[in-house]
Amino acid sequence: MARSTTITVEVDDVSYTDDVEPRLLLVQYLRERLGKTGTLIGCDTTNCGACTVHLDGTSVKSCTMFAVQADGRRVTTIEGLARDGKLTPLQRAFHECHALQCGFCTPGMIMQSASLLQENPHPSEQEIREGLEGNLCRCTGYQNIVAAVQAAADGTTTSDSATENGASETAGVA
Amino acid sequence: MTIAEVGRARLRKEDSHLITGRSRYTDNITLPGMLHLAMVRSPFAHARITSVDVSAAKSSPGVVAVLTGSDVAAEQGSLPNAWPVTAEQKAPAHPAIAVDEVAFAGEVVACIIARSAAAARDAVELVDVSYDELPVVLDLEEAATDQVLAHPGLGTNTSATWVFDSGEAGTGKPISEALAGAEVLIERTFYQQRLIPAFMEPRSTVVDPTGEQITVWSATQIPHILRLMLALTLGIPESKLRVIAPDVGGGFGGKLQVTPEEAITVLAARHTGKPCKYTETRSESLMAAHHGRAQVQRLRLSATKEGIVTGLDVKLLADMGAYLGLVTSGVPILGAFMYNSIYKFPAYRFECTNLFTNKAWTDAYRGAGRPEATFAIERLMDELAVELGMDPLEVREKNWITHEEFPFTSVAGLEYDSGNYEAATAKALELFDYEGLRAEQARRREAKDPVQLGIGISTFTEMCGLAPSRVLGALSYAAGGWEHAQVRVLPTGNIEVVTGSSAHGQGHETAWSQLVADKLGVPFENVEVLHGDTQISQRGLDTYGSRSLTVGGMAVLAAADKVIEKAKVIAAHLMEASEDDLEFAEGKFKVRGTDQSTSLGEIAFATFSAHNLPDGVEPNLDSDATFDPQNFSYPHGTHLAAMEVDTETGRATIRKYVCVDDIGVVVNPLIVEGQVHGGLAQGIAQALYEEAVHDDAGTLVTGSFVDYLVPGAPDLPHYTTARTETPSTTNQLGAKGVGEAGTIASTPAIVNGVLDAVRHLGVKDIRMPCSPSRVWAALEEAKLSGGVQ
Ligand code: FES
Ligand code: FES
Repeated sequence: MARSTTITVEVDDVSYTDDVEPRLLLVQYLRERLGKTGTLIGCDTTNCGACTVHLDGTSVKSCTMFAVQADGRRVTTIEGLARDGKLTPLQRAFHECHALQCGFCTPGMIMQSASLLQENPHPSEQEIREGLEGNLCRCTGYQNIVAAVQAAADGTTTSDSATENGASETAGVA
Repeated sequence: MTIAEVGRARLRKEDSHLITGRSRYTDNITLPGMLHLAMVRSPFAHARITSVDVSAAKSSPGVVAVLTGSDVAAEQGSLPNAWPVTAEQKAPAHPAIAVDEVAFAGEVVACIIARSAAAARDAVELVDVSYDELPVVLDLEEAATDQVLAHPGLGTNTSATWVFDSGEAGTGKPISEALAGAEVLIERTFYQQRLIPAFMEPRSTVVDPTGEQITVWSATQIPHILRLMLALTLGIPESKLRVIAPDVGGGFGGKLQVTPEEAITVLAARHTGKPCKYTETRSESLMAAHHGRAQVQRLRLSATKEGIVTGLDVKLLADMGAYLGLVTSGVPILGAFMYNSIYKFPAYRFECTNLFTNKAWTDAYRGAGRPEATFAIERLMDELAVELGMDPLEVREKNWITHEEFPFTSVAGLEYDSGNYEAATAKALELFDYEGLRAEQARRREAKDPVQLGIGISTFTEMCGLAPSRVLGALSYAAGGWEHAQVRVLPTGNIEVVTGSSAHGQGHETAWSQLVADKLGVPFENVEVLHGDTQISQRGLDTYGSRSLTVGGMAVLAAADKVIEKAKVIAAHLMEASEDDLEFAEGKFKVRGTDQSTSLGEIAFATFSAHNLPDGVEPNLDSDATFDPQNFSYPHGTHLAAMEVDTETGRATIRKYVCVDDIGVVVNPLIVEGQVHGGLAQGIAQALYEEAVHDDAGTLVTGSFVDYLVPGAPDLPHYTTARTETPSTTNQLGAKGVGEAGTIASTPAIVNGVLDAVRHLGVKDIRMPCSPSRVWAALEEAKLSGGVQ
């Protein structure tokens, strides 16, 4: 067994100090050690994007780095996005645009979209599609995901109607 | 007046936990003392196992036990095939862990049980398996010659030959007459490449053997079937097994299976007495979860010079792969009923040879048999049009069933209840600007534009709502096709709906709430839908074949009807009225001609307290219903694709995609739209991107997402979707089914479009996927053979 290293990582606003094996991937650390199972694993070749989180505010595929590389850094996962029970505009947009079906790609899609909008607050359809190139979805055919990102960018989601445990409403567009 | 829920674009109830990361996928489950499994898999596609040495693996840190095929030979049974398509069907035994022989690369030969997933994976390499390699058969046409056998013990590669002949069935004329008298004969061979369902959630199973009952969580589409089949396979009383499908990350037929890995996880839990978890890697998933399609279609279509089809002869070679999975053998046969599609063919013959090869076994993949059939006929209709110099739409119009002709008994013997192909086509043409694009196509041809334009058409129908149990019986399927539901009325008047049809992304919780809200007049929010746990949903046949709404939804409505009947007796008693004078609307029983009424909520509480019920009436409004459909439903539609083909690079891109689907009455247009989009994406993927490729030794070359090209957002277009609505007459709602429509219709539309763009350059056919290299090669070949006109 390889020697373990002590790391301190802030994940979703909580600071954790843990001994980890050097080979432990960040995504495994999040899921297996911290119970942050909202972040998912869809592949073993860094192609699917299901594991996308933010590292110091920028999106990374958490299966592409080791937990030790996150030492001293700040990680945000899908579980840390909503504040005080309020969904972010992107989360609302995914709900309102029916941008998810099975939901397995969704955490990664939302985290990647958030990064995309940070870099480019008003992307065109093509820019959204290209920005999500590294995130695979097998259910939606992407059209509603693109629409959700667009809606979040345009600020056209219904602001307060959806809470984290939110009641459903009817889509504005159908 | 409350707004009707059916037809309303309700946002989904199931989203909240998924967009916040509170998901409950199987791999998220951790239990006290849980052990982790890793599989040792055969690197060879065909070999005899001469020895398995596990000693080094057993002493590896963290390893608790190692199971080999011989360790579990007495208890593992043989994995089930539920569809013996003929009485003579041949099939090899299918042990979960191979004992003496492996028949495809990726087959499990041993299982490591360890304290962590990492420890289990580390020990995989330490298992020393000796193999004697055997010759492999990989190609279907070679398999048909029996020169190399996938299972030497069977003496042949043929599992079964299944025939439908309209002359013999009495549904049409003999095909021999049609072919003999053909004015035009189109003969083609099409190849349905092998695909991989590639659901995003890798398969995962957790088994808890503690307590008196074994609990199995699995990423499955079929918790009920899995329970029954695991019980039968492993010799566990069914009543001692509980199967739970928690959140499931997509299936598309790929999780309609009883897998070796599920059986092995149960065996491991039984051996260790501890909870065990197995989660596959993506590479394992692509290699060893069942594949789809993989057929060779030899087709002959006879027609008159005017373009009236007189007969269709289909000879199919279907690749079973190495084993028969749950419905492997039946998949091509589902297609048998769809080759005639929306057309009035007078004669039809279908012959399918199911063949074994040394590849992962095939089974259901979105559409299951119907996409293959639809592709074949829609490609043929285009070929006929080219042969006759007619517009492909005109050929279709000449042959399709007109809307006045329903109900219509097809040459394959199905009764199509309703449809309006003219209306769907007219709408599609209008949205597409067919004339405008044809004019542009002519201009670009004239100008020898390097980027040529092609128009692809696909008109289709499919059979949805699997399935009338009697029909399944006639096709030798082992089970029925009914679905079960329970509607429970809680003391507060809130409703719980239990459905046997287990969703994995389809939005049943939302749609079933809408159905029940309308039926019982309760608010949408007050309905809770429960599913995917055999202890809660005790009966069910699960989710596949676009059956959930047309079968499962009808069971829900029937159970709700029974609730109303029960409540009526109590309502009459409470209001001291005659039952005959009561009417139920918007959640209230009213005494006709008075303003006296009582709500379902009031009745619910009165039933719960049971202080004042009529004599002999039980204090319970809960109701069960099991619905067995009498017929399938037949969605249809017209899909049009404008394809741009760069003749210099071979790249085919979708310029415009229009589809008009007729799926009857719609419960939730938002969910329907999502199903159509996702279906289109998978059908387009077959046409342009995906193929499971093996090397000469039978190793999967496309063994990761680097090589197996599941399309990403930039690879797919914006779809223009619309609907026409011809209600089905086979169920009380008029619904048809939408889960597979997009996948079935889009593949031929795309390929027809690609060919239409380059046909004038001499290209006659391109094998799927129409990748840049394939298109380019076809253009080069056409040039060399002087095809340029
Ligand atoms: S799990 Fe990280 S990219 Fe697939
Ligand atoms: S919603 Fe299922 S993979 Fe994207």
